[in-house]
Amino acid sequence: MKVKQTKYMRLSGLEPLILNENSNFINVGERTNVAGSRKFLRLIKEEKFDEALDIARHQVDGGAQIVDINMDDGLIDGKEAMVRFLNLIAAEPDICRVPMMIDSSKWEIIEAGLQVVQGKCVVNSISLKEGEEKFIWEATQIKRYGAAVIVMAFDEVGQADNYERRIEIAKRSYDILVNKVGFPSEDIIFDLNIFPVATGMDEHRKNAVDFIEATRWVRQNLESVSVSGGVSNVSFSFRGNNTVREAMHSVFLYYSIQAGMNMGIVNPALLEVYDDIPKDLLEHIEDVILDRRDDATERLLDFAETVKGTSKEKTVDLSWRENPLQERITHALVKGIDAFIIEDVEQARQEATKPIEVIEGHLMIGMNVVGDLFGAGKMFLPQVVKSARVMKKAVGHLNPFIEAEKGEEQQALGKILMATVKGDVHDIGKNIVSVVLGCNNYEIVDLGVMVPPEKIIETAKRENVDAIGLSGLITPSLDEMVYLAKEMERQNLDVPLLIGGATTSKAHTAVKIDTQYKNAVVHVNDASRAVTVVGDLLNKKTSNTYVAKLKKDYDEFRTKFLKRGKEKSYISIDEARKRKYKVDWNTSEIVRPKELGIQTLEQLSLKELVPFIDWSPFFRSWDLHGKFPDILSDKIVGEQASVLYNEAQEMIQEISAKQLLKPKAIFGLFEANSINEDDISIKKKGNEVAVFRTLRQQLKKREGIPNIALSDFVAPEESNKTDYMGAFCVGIFGAQELAESYKAKEDDYNAIMAQAIADRFAEAFAEYLHKQVRTKHWGYASDETLTNDDLIKENYKGIRPAPGYPACPDHLEKDTIWSLLDVENKIGVQLTESKAMWPAAAVSGYYFANKEAKYFGLGKITDDQLTDYANRKGVTKTKARKWLHPNIAD
Amino acid sequence: MLNIYKALQERILVLDGAMGTMLQAYKFTEEDFRGARFKDYPTPLQGNNDLLSLTQPEAIKTIHGKYFEAGADIIETNTFSGTTIAMADYQMEDLVYELNYQSAKIAKEVAEEFTAKEPHKPRFVAGSIGPTNRTASMSPDVNDPGYRAVTFDELRIAYKQQVEALLDGGADILLVETVFDTLNAKAALFAIEQVKEERKTEIPVMLSGTITDASGRTLSGQTAEAFLISVSHIPLLSVGFNCALGANLLQPHLEAIANKTDFAISAHPNAGLPNAFGEYDETPEEMGEQIEEYLKKNLINIIGGCCGTSPEHIRVIANIAAKYKPRKVLEGVD
Repeated sequence: MKVKQTKYMRLSGLEPLILNENSNFINVGERTNVAGSRKFLRLIKEEKFDEALDIARHQVDGGAQIVDINMDDGLIDGKEAMVRFLNLIAAEPDICRVPMMIDSSKWEIIEAGLQVVQGKCVVNSISLKEGEEKFIWEATQIKRYGAAVIVMAFDEVGQADNYERRIEIAKRSYDILVNKVGFPSEDIIFDLNIFPVATGMDEHRKNAVDFIEATRWVRQNLESVSVSGGVSNVSFSFRGNNTVREAMHSVFLYYSIQAGMNMGIVNPALLEVYDDIPKDLLEHIEDVILDRRDDATERLLDFAETVKGTSKEKTVDLSWRENPLQERITHALVKGIDAFIIEDVEQARQEATKPIEVIEGHLMIGMNVVGDLFGAGKMFLPQVVKSARVMKKAVGHLNPFIEAEKGEEQQALGKILMATVKGDVHDIGKNIVSVVLGCNNYEIVDLGVMVPPEKIIETAKRENVDAIGLSGLITPSLDEMVYLAKEMERQNLDVPLLIGGATTSKAHTAVKIDTQYKNAVVHVNDASRAVTVVGDLLNKKTSNTYVAKLKKDYDEFRTKFLKRGKEKSYISIDEARKRKYKVDWNTSEIVRPKELGIQTLEQLSLKELVPFIDWSPFFRSWDLHGKFPDILSDKIVGEQASVLYNEAQEMIQEISAKQLLKPKAIFGLFEANSINEDDISIKKKGNEVAVFRTLRQQLKKREGIPNIALSDFVAPEESNKTDYMGAFCVGIFGAQELAESYKAKEDDYNAIMAQAIADRFAEAFAEYLHKQVRTKHWGYASDETLTNDDLIKENYKGIRPAPGYPACPDHLEKDTIWSLLDVENKIGVQLTESKAMWPAAAVSGYYFANKEAKYFGLGKITDDQLTDYANRKGVTKTKARKWLHPNIAD
Repeated sequence: MLNIYKALQERILVLDGAMGTMLQAYKFTEEDFRGARFKDYPTPLQGNNDLLSLTQPEAIKTIHGKYFEAGADIIETNTFSGTTIAMADYQMEDLVYELNYQSAKIAKEVAEEFTAKEPHKPRFVAGSIGPTNRTASMSPDVNDPGYRAVTFDELRIAYKQQVEALLDGGADILLVETVFDTLNAKAALFAIEQVKEERKTEIPVMLSGTITDASGRTLSGQTAEAFLISVSHIPLLSVGFNCALGANLLQPHLEAIANKTDFAISAHPNAGLPNAFGEYDETPEEMGEQIEEYLKKNLINIIGGCCGTSPEHIRVIANIAAKYKPRKVLEGVD
């Protein structure tokens, strides 16, 4: 069909959307419409905007190129809801990347919507229903706001319901818009009214065909306009029979698009592929849509009875078992299927002359495929770890045969020592890197956690390793790494040093570690990079140039980094205190905790904690990046993320059923007042029992922006008001044992999974306990109703900052919590010399209840505060500097 | 006045360079900023550069003159922060009309002086309209993404006042610049349309966005092309980018929009990126070389400088611009 078009509609969210003759049909998402979705209406009524946002996000993820938003409901304030929802969408780049369609029958809602969206939207809709004057005025405003517009085929007489009326109204609207308003024709979209067919009433027989023909006329005669419509209306008579409805939508669209309909509201879940519609059904439907027979409706009704939907059954595809042996082994490795691997490897062994050939041949061929796919970004970390599990199982089967033949060892590419440094207990990342390197044919010497530097160096020498990998999660570990680099230099080691773990950074590695050791030091923070880095480092041909390049890179990075530090300026601690965060203690509400004192919590079912789990970090620990739950439908990693998620769910089921992990918690709520500006005195019945020392921001800030310390959130003694604060520790016991039991079965995948899940449980427990404290034990927010999502986004009142984290980076403060609550004796969570908690899946921190309390980052402090802090705390300045050094300004 | 359209067809027009950088050299003290008139004003006024149009008008005139001498066709009024919203910091909301009016008047006087001297090269005054210090489509509070510190209507009203004063003072063009939030710019455009309608007149409007970093997006998250689409509903004299980046880093973004619009294209980049001390140290020659790349690619109709540029930069840029033909504007203004 020849459409008349010289200009193209251009819309925008964060990204452009241009409709030209090559564009496919533009699909408008319509689930964020209170009139069309009962669920969305409920969420808006209940002000569950986070969940409402999820609906918008799902639509965009599912392929909607425009999101239609409608808040027209008698029971909600439509204008307010429209503005709030659009404002929230503006903060979600994965939604607002597409243009918005502001849908309302009320002008004030449309205008309010237009005023809060930066991109070029579509207004849905205006019409001549209430006369030309209003139509012109609204169109003029819309043009000035910079939006396209949907024009309904509706005028003073009523809604167009036949071919002639449709083109009459469209033509009249077009002429007014283009000639009187100066509206760009390419920004006009006609909604030509899609009405149901096969209703049994004769006057409805031509509803579809009239729409299609009117569309054709409009596209041929009204230059550059678009045609849209809500498709599901057409099949209204067949509600309940989705097979027929899906096919009807498909047929209707097939003809409408040919006629020039270029956008519309279609539920993709209710759409069959035109070519997949069975011939007989197709014929019956086309008869109805195109009004080809007088008895078309009756015939389709009869036929419809025979095609009520059938559900498809899922079966496991085992056809790969028919393939030749090598292909089966490769398939098992790539897919991570261990069910048949022993059987296959045994067959290979019997065919081979020596058992070692199976490893060097069959298995390595398979693992090379895995390595290539991983390198090309077509496989993801959890899959590779599963491949490694299959590999280990296979090798485990072969080992006894190889040993029986003696003397033959498979030649590894290199030997890598892996360790979590002294004082630190976190090893998920290290274990993942070990597994990935292991399955790329490196021999791993894993020294575990809390490894003293002497042991690392001694082992490195004795085992003659080719590289050392260090891991750590807490800030004191950074110092351990620096120390180890110094020792390696002093003792003349010459192997590369790999640095990884959550607190490490390229900056710290370049500035503090690289300068201590003349050989290669590399910061590797994701497992997928480890293989290439180690490969480059150990490749004899290229390693010299690679190391030289690395050194140069780190040198340049260091220079740049140090330079930028100078741009910041700081104020004295005295000045900072004058600029403290000022809570008005005369008016600020202080709630006395319902239960003062210390309590422990040991009889808790893990099931209670499951809803509190924040999944996003779980995926991060597997190198899958994205926000939960969107990550499950992510184009690239979604499939893997879903598999991982399901397996995590299964393990959680098992762990909960058998109580394989044991949660324990202790917390205390106390009278408290801030004293000497930055300290908090904890009291029992008026007597001081502990003092928490807090640190104050010293970065120079704009006028009016305070320099915060946590003590600002507790009423000072001078106020003569008794305030309160709390402290807590939660721990998940049993993860280590569980992981070991999997490792003993050569199952590193589940070992890592168990640790990752335990970590999530610890965080979930902290979240759960905080909620209990807010609503029950302290009770200052007894009426709060927050979803899990709100919790993850920290929408609650009051905070629970943890020593060692940005607001209070001093790990030594944990000692104060431990003695105040008697944590170790009561629940058994211990502190290492670096103040890491053991078991590793644990969280400790403070509770502040003031409604103005908020999370912040301390940033850097200067020497005057360091001196003052050391004095207050009664430690030497050297000791204070050691513990705070990442936060001390250069 | 409408011969700006004619001039645009004939040659690449040169916009001036930085005002703030030039003012820094005067090292004005708090007293200088206050002058006699604001001696007892209750708030600190140092740093309120727009105020200097009232208290140190000779300095502003001298700087305008230097840029014209260096070869600029268009100078910007000293009104980057001239809205009630931005002036609230100094409690000077009530002075907004006067600030804009006087700034435009000063600039116009200098422009007329130069036009009289060189009638073959008419000089123009662009009323500078900054982004204000608030964002209409982003929340300043990370914990409350739905919150907004300013509404569309507040911006529209503030911009309308600025626009009226600039026009009354004699501005030939309006330059909505350093747009980091497109919604703010849309409010400014809305206000301009209202003024056009009320005064039944056409006003040439230049619009210039800011791409903040290597992601190639505005601060409010739009790609260059999405930004272009979002502001193209109003007939513009030109659209382009300024600030935040040096000339070389700006080039890909100019390329992204140059063949997607019928409007003229403008650019006024910074003199490179700031060094460790927050200073711009790209020399006129270095910057000129990079700008010549645009011109070779025929991307530009209006070229000038932003932060860190001086009359020397503009002189070099003007000399280079004179050697090249302007980008062909596809259809002219609708």
